[in-house]
Amino acid sequence: MRSAKKLLCLLLCAAALALTLSGCHGGRQTIAFDLPDTFDDSREYEITFWAKNDTNKQQTNVYEKAIADFEKLYPNIHITLRLYTDYGRIYNDVITNLSTNTTPNVCITYPDHIATYLTGEDTVVPLDSLFENKKYGFGGSELRFDGPSRDEMIDKVLDECAISGTHYAIPYMRSTEALYVNVDMLRSLGYELPEIVTWNFIWEAAEKAAVKNPDGTYAVNGQKTMLPFIYKSTDNMMIQMLRQKGADYSTAAGDVLLFNDETRALLEEIAGHVKTGSFSTFKISSYPANFLNAGQCLFAVDSTAGASWMGTNATHSDISKDQLVDFEIAVRPIPQFDPDNPQMISQGPSMCVFNKSDPQEVLASWLFAQFMLTNDVQLGYAKTEGYVPVTKKAQESEAYQDYLSRSGEDNDLYYSVKLDATKLLLDNIDKTFVTPVFNGSASVRDAAGQLIENVSLAVLRKQYSKAYMDRLFGDVKSLYRLDQIQSDGTMTKQALGPLPAMSKGLIAAIAAVWVGIGVYLIVDRIKQRKFKQNAY
Amino acid sequence: MKKLIAVLLVAVLAFAFAACGGKTKEEPATGAEPASNAAQPATDAAAALTEEASQADLVIDASNIMTHEEFLAAPMQSPVTVETYVQAKQSWWEGKGTFYTQAKDGAYFLYEMPCTQEEYDLLTEGTQIIVTGYKAEWSGEIEITEAKFEIVEDGDTYIADATDVTAMLGTDELAAHMNEKVSFKGMTVEASKDGNGNEAAFLYKYDGSGQDGDDLYFQVSKDGQTYTFTVESYLTGAGTDVYEAVKALKVGDVIDMDGFLYWYNGANPHITAVSAAA
Repeated sequence: MRSAKKLLCLLLCAAALALTLSGCHGGRQTIAFDLPDTFDDSREYEITFWAKNDTNKQQTNVYEKAIADFEKLYPNIHITLRLYTDYGRIYNDVITNLSTNTTPNVCITYPDHIATYLTGEDTVVPLDSLFENKKYGFGGSELRFDGPSRDEMIDKVLDECAISGTHYAIPYMRSTEALYVNVDMLRSLGYELPEIVTWNFIWEAAEKAAVKNPDGTYAVNGQKTMLPFIYKSTDNMMIQMLRQKGADYSTAAGDVLLFNDETRALLEEIAGHVKTGSFSTFKISSYPANFLNAGQCLFAVDSTAGASWMGTNATHSDISKDQLVDFEIAVRPIPQFDPDNPQMISQGPSMCVFNKSDPQEVLASWLFAQFMLTNDVQLGYAKTEGYVPVTKKAQESEAYQDYLSRSGEDNDLYYSVKLDATKLLLDNIDKTFVTPVFNGSASVRDAAGQLIENVSLAVLRKQYSKAYMDRLFGDVKSLYRLDQIQSDGTMTKQALGPLPAMSKGLIAAIAAVWVGIGVYLIVDRIKQRKFKQNAY
Repeated sequence: MKKLIAVLLVAVLAFAFAACGGKTKEEPATGAEPASNAAQPATDAAAALTEEASQADLVIDASNIMTHEEFLAAPMQSPVTVETYVQAKQSWWEGKGTFYTQAKDGAYFLYEMPCTQEEYDLLTEGTQIIVTGYKAEWSGEIEITEAKFEIVEDGDTYIADATDVTAMLGTDELAAHMNEKVSFKGMTVEASKDGNGNEAAFLYKYDGSGQDGDDLYFQVSKDGQTYTFTVESYLTGAGTDVYEAVKALKVGDVIDMDGFLYWYNGANPHITAVSAAA
């Protein structure tokens, strides 16, 4: 009987330990996605789709039409669209909802963000087996739409969605950055615009454009405001400058190499141009298009997906008509250090599928995500801005080729600046690159831009000094916790912060119980010995 | 003793089961109303460095308070210190709050001022504060960024009366009232065209590309001139009186409005109240 009690006690202790340890693991219920053999269309599915648009009604039209068309083909799948205009907001909201398993089913995203989502277990569905599935994969026999086959996907673009060799997303659209130039203003400064613009050219002309008249107006435009060179995404600016220089940034293994001498030299160069008033950023001033279109900017770098905002006849405008000036605009690749070897970033939205406990729901999500690669959707969305479709099927289609050939027919669908920006990417797709993706790579990207923003502000605030620069790398590293990224791309334990009070309480309770059990066993053993001794 | 052990074991089991329990039915948190206690990605730090680095150099000096005139004369990106009163605030987000404030001689827009949720809650309408930050301009909007603040102990309260600026619309005089609490009288709702060319009394986002909960844009006219006004969703979002009132507007309605004279490439008032013209 006594042995049975001991056994029961041990079993209870083991069960308690096992359950406490498993409890510490977390509360999520999702298991790895297992692709069903057949899609069960006898059931109803509610799929949420978090999408990004550029505050562009045509883009929301494309999303809404895509959903309506898809629901006609799959009446049992119901898509709820939530619109965002900012990738960062989507990222923040996904992070928020990961812990409660209330992520959307399908989400527009960037691979850098997915790398963070993947810190949770079985959060984002690996798509390789879905790609190859004969029924529901690319060109699958059971699809109710004419999607691209695997061969019709563009490998370079598709592979941008792979993390450590596994595809966690499919591309949706691609863009790059472009240099938008006020050609009239450039000529008035005595320059002709080359096909490939170098950084030296940019800085030299921008300095000339920053010259003021004695009355405080700018000589080049006669206005009180002039920002000769303005850059929208300083993240991209630093990343591309380093790439063009062949300088370090990061590695696929997660080594953060951004903080190097080349970066510092670039920052010091940029600081000099901030000081003369020839350079500013979107965060400090505003949208580049606003200044360019008001004749207050010579060079503007923004996404090709912002092309419809650029120019006197831009389809979209944030400034009033009386502020617009008439000028000749040209689109060029971003400035280069080596014009013989131009390099530019590949960007643009991708789509991931979040895992759910119901594999049929995941399959329904995948069907919808794949539907977004059909020609109607691809062409519809690409035409809204300087985006490029991500499938050969769409790019080579007669409809797309016709669209490209009609540049300038109007200032809306065929707006010449938008089509020039589109062609810029199509002509340079082999010169595009992406940065390595790992958990923390999104922070490295943010830090790259923050360095430029901080140095620019430091100059404007008269805080710029050698001592400031000596401090800068350490401050930014610490702020973005980049000193806590290990070489395999994971974050060290410090990054997780202190244990919550609940966890501390639980651990203390477990420790107390085990101490109690130990004390009890010792006391019991002593009592037994005494009992036996007395018995003898 | 055995009983005690048993109780402790049960307690541990209960803890363990509680820890196993997942929150599977919670509503998704979305961008419309930020979840204040959400897990924060590393990008949260994006704007914070500048604050940390520059704030280290900023000290609130109550003996060196500027008048509004001195504030306007200060160079961009220079440190400024003002005494002002909270009039309204946008929602708290990631350790920051954006405030519409006004003193008796002028108004100050405090953009993304670092504060805790508790501090944000204390900054109610009329609260007197001293603010030190950097003067900045973004698309014409003059504001104070990366600010530090302190609530004036035993300070008074001041809730500004709205200044009627209807007659100043379209004039240079209007900019002198930037960020102030203002009113507009007897303005007529005009049709806005969305990105599809359809006409409506208001749009979700400037071209109709948004959804319920996003900023509302609508156009109103006076004396043949038309102006674009906004209901800023972080200030007065879906469900607030003004948000619903604007959604109920019809082209041709003649209305009075209160709001704050925000600026984005020109006057872009953030409207806080709408009523039929008196």
